[in-house]
Amino acid sequence: MTWIPFVLIAAVAVFFALYLVLSKNAVHGALSLVLVLVSLAIFFLLLGAEFIFIVQVAVYAGAIMVLFLFVMMLLNVGGAEGPLRENPSWQLAAAIVLGCVLLFEAALHIARAGEGVRHFPQAIAADFGSPERIGQLLFSSYLLPFEITSLVLLAAMIGAVVLALRRFP
Amino acid sequence: MDFKYLWLIPLCPLIGVFINAFIGHLLPRKVSGAIASLAVLGSLIVSVMGLLHLLGLPEDQRVLHQSLFDWIATGAVHTQVAFVLDPLSAVMVCVVSGIGFLIHVYSMGYMAHDPRYPRFFAYMNLFTFAMLLLVLADNFLLMYVGWEGVALCSYLLIGFWFERPSAAAAGQKAFIVNRVGDWCFILGMLFIFVTFGSLTFQDVFAKVAAAPLAVPTVTMTIICLLLFAGATGKSAQIPLYVWLPDAMEGPTPVSALIHAATMVTAGVYMVARCHILFVHAPVALMVVAGIGAATALFAALIGLVQNDIKRVLAYSTVSQLGYMFMACGVGAFAAGIFHVMTHAFFKALLFLGSGSVIHAMHDEQDIRRMGGLSRWMPVTTWTFWIATLAIAGIPLFSGFISKDQILWYAFSSPLGGVVLWTVGVVTALLTAFYMARVTYKTFHGQPRMDEETQRHIHESPASMSIVLILLAVGAVFAGFLNMPEALMKIAPIGWLTHLFGASAETFSDFLAPSVGTQADVARALEMLHRQIVPTSHVWEMRLMGVTVVLSVLGIYAGYQMYVRKPGSAWSIARSAPWLYNLLLNKFYVDEFYKAVVVRPGMGLAYFLWRGIDVLVIDAIVNAVATIVGIFSHLFRGLQTGYVRNYAAGMVLGAIVVIWVLTR
Amino acid sequence: MDIYSAVPFSAWLALSGLLFTIGAIGFLIRRDPIVMFMCIELMLNAGNLLLVASARYRAVMDGQIYVFFVMTVAAAEVAVGLAIIVAIFRQRLDIDVDEMSEMRG
Repeated sequence: MTWIPFVLIAAVAVFFALYLVLSKNAVHGALSLVLVLVSLAIFFLLLGAEFIFIVQVAVYAGAIMVLFLFVMMLLNVGGAEGPLRENPSWQLAAAIVLGCVLLFEAALHIARAGEGVRHFPQAIAADFGSPERIGQLLFSSYLLPFEITSLVLLAAMIGAVVLALRRFP
Repeated sequence: MDFKYLWLIPLCPLIGVFINAFIGHLLPRKVSGAIASLAVLGSLIVSVMGLLHLLGLPEDQRVLHQSLFDWIATGAVHTQVAFVLDPLSAVMVCVVSGIGFLIHVYSMGYMAHDPRYPRFFAYMNLFTFAMLLLVLADNFLLMYVGWEGVALCSYLLIGFWFERPSAAAAGQKAFIVNRVGDWCFILGMLFIFVTFGSLTFQDVFAKVAAAPLAVPTVTMTIICLLLFAGATGKSAQIPLYVWLPDAMEGPTPVSALIHAATMVTAGVYMVARCHILFVHAPVALMVVAGIGAATALFAALIGLVQNDIKRVLAYSTVSQLGYMFMACGVGAFAAGIFHVMTHAFFKALLFLGSGSVIHAMHDEQDIRRMGGLSRWMPVTTWTFWIATLAIAGIPLFSGFISKDQILWYAFSSPLGGVVLWTVGVVTALLTAFYMARVTYKTFHGQPRMDEETQRHIHESPASMSIVLILLAVGAVFAGFLNMPEALMKIAPIGWLTHLFGASAETFSDFLAPSVGTQADVARALEMLHRQIVPTSHVWEMRLMGVTVVLSVLGIYAGYQMYVRKPGSAWSIARSAPWLYNLLLNKFYVDEFYKAVVVRPGMGLAYFLWRGIDVLVIDAIVNAVATIVGIFSHLFRGLQTGYVRNYAAGMVLGAIVVIWVLTR
Repeated sequence: MDIYSAVPFSAWLALSGLLFTIGAIGFLIRRDPIVMFMCIELMLNAGNLLLVASARYRAVMDGQIYVFFVMTVAAAEVAVGLAIIVAIFRQRLDIDVDEMSEMRG
């Protein structure tokens, strides 16, 4: 019965993901996304990614989502959007068809490649996913991408400041 | 081999070019001109040092070689930037830089009022540089750089007053006509490379000398004819001489530089440099002699009736160059080069003298509106007379000695003959006549200019007249360097010659290591089964006598027709108007070329423009643009501007990609 | 029995694909740019889940490093994207992506 936690948490994630997509209220959507992110964080912990778990909670569920909510309150757009019905029906239909095809493809691939059930290896290093290992990797094999990341963040920072300061005509 | 300053000879003018081209406009005029002149003076000093060094060496070691750096080193081609100073190039660099220096000094006075003064001197220096490079090069490729360089500079300088359409056209004509010759020269160069596997003079000539019969005579003849075709372009021989008479659209010092020191002598130099190739191709030599003799006579005939003072001189240059090629064609390369040198003196003097006249007459060049100038311009008159006597071949002037050597060899050489000699002598008569005509009409008789001009006539400034005097000294005495043995027997002449530190044929002996002696030529020809005619001093003296009589006769005829009875020339012309018009219009050669070469060329160009370029190429380009326009108009509808449409496209793309990847 | 032997790798993959599809459909049917952004975050997280599961499955940690980079880029993207939304909102007091179609061809 150890698959029960997985199913429960997965159900929570899928439910709130659907809620995000379908709710008319953006603030409610944001809060449901937080729940999705937290449930994924639990999955990360279950999969042995301790460091990613921490970052997921702190950065994603914390910082990024707070930023979203902050912008929503700043612009006061909480429940501004009209009902979904305003979409032309063919758009809705096309979107759902495209999504289903995508999902079908993924399922087909999993079914074909998986040959039924594949299990995880039991034996794993004790420090798998620990911050030390992550740090070692980041500062050895992934040093250059890591440094470039800093440039990306710098560019984003400057871009955000410029966009916020500029007075558009 | 301890003379290491060869590279300075071309470098000095090059520095002058850079100074005048880049900061010339910042300098005072006098400084700008002085820098240019000093640059050439530097070359002259180094050249003379090199010459003296050569003279100090034993006769068989008189070759200085200096390689600066590898230029092209790929596969079979290995070309260096290297200079060689042997007697031939030593004489040439001394003439080029010496005469060039005097012309530069003269230009400082002549061009004093020109607004583009620094540019003029930059071009002049570049011209000198290119010519020195041409002369000093130790391989065909580097020589070709100088060869093209002088063509470029002649274009720039002939068209120096490009505001005048005629000057611009003359510049283009010079450049384009030269290109025809240059093209042949390149072909000849390629033939040499294919045949001998090298472009270095030393290698090529050594191979020919070592195994003269290894290369088929046909190949040698083709190579030599191609090289000579290049020389006809640069040295203004039939059929490519047409640019030179038009070249006097440039400032007069430029004409002097082109005619006397640089450019036109390049062809003669090249033929002399390649004499080993030529003596192994007797047919090519005959062509050279024939073309040279024909050009000499042809140009002298045209020169008889021209009324522009510089144009007469231009045709006389073409004619004298014909003499030089005639000398080369009969195997007397040393005599040809000697005529290059003496001609440099008196032709520079003639041009600078005419420049002095034109300067005084406020840019009037028509001798029909001159006359009697001797009373205002004594220095110019006397120096011009000296040059006239020299070119006419009055005994003991330099022109007499060099020209008579050529005529003697034309008569006596196994390759020459009575026909060549006769043509040469007739040309000498014509030369004496038309030079007397120009001189008398310009400096003597009644003044024919208007009062206003007359009042402003003045002798030229010192910088110009001193140059004239120096050149006159050269024009008189240069001949003593190469006194023929026949004349040495006449006591005063022999004595005077020794006074100049020379003996019989000193110059030819000096040049012998570079261009061979008559004996070498004879030996080469013997190998090709040619008969050698014995020669004698008695015959040499007799022929000389004929020439002298004819020259004096020519000058006397000029005196009679243009001073004593000024109308007689006109009545002669009227008695045969068709002949007069034929000569006045230069045998209609320009018109002929226009009809045969220029018109079809223009027609072809027009067809390529209207037919090919507009109707085919432009149409294709426009059609491509139109098709792209149509398609973009069709696909423009996809760019709806709606983010979600793009997102749908991305999802669709993802579906396709996943499908392809997992198939 | 722990979760590794009870839940096969395919299940993680299926969950990841499902979440991704939900995010994609959301992006296609919503017109509020903030919600669309959140859908993008959802898709990114679905990808992250796949990466972490694969890392565990193959017992190499590179997948986790990729997740780290994805998060960094996502953070940068959110910062700039929200700044753009704020700038647009200031100008027209209305944020409906279908109104922003000046760039059409």
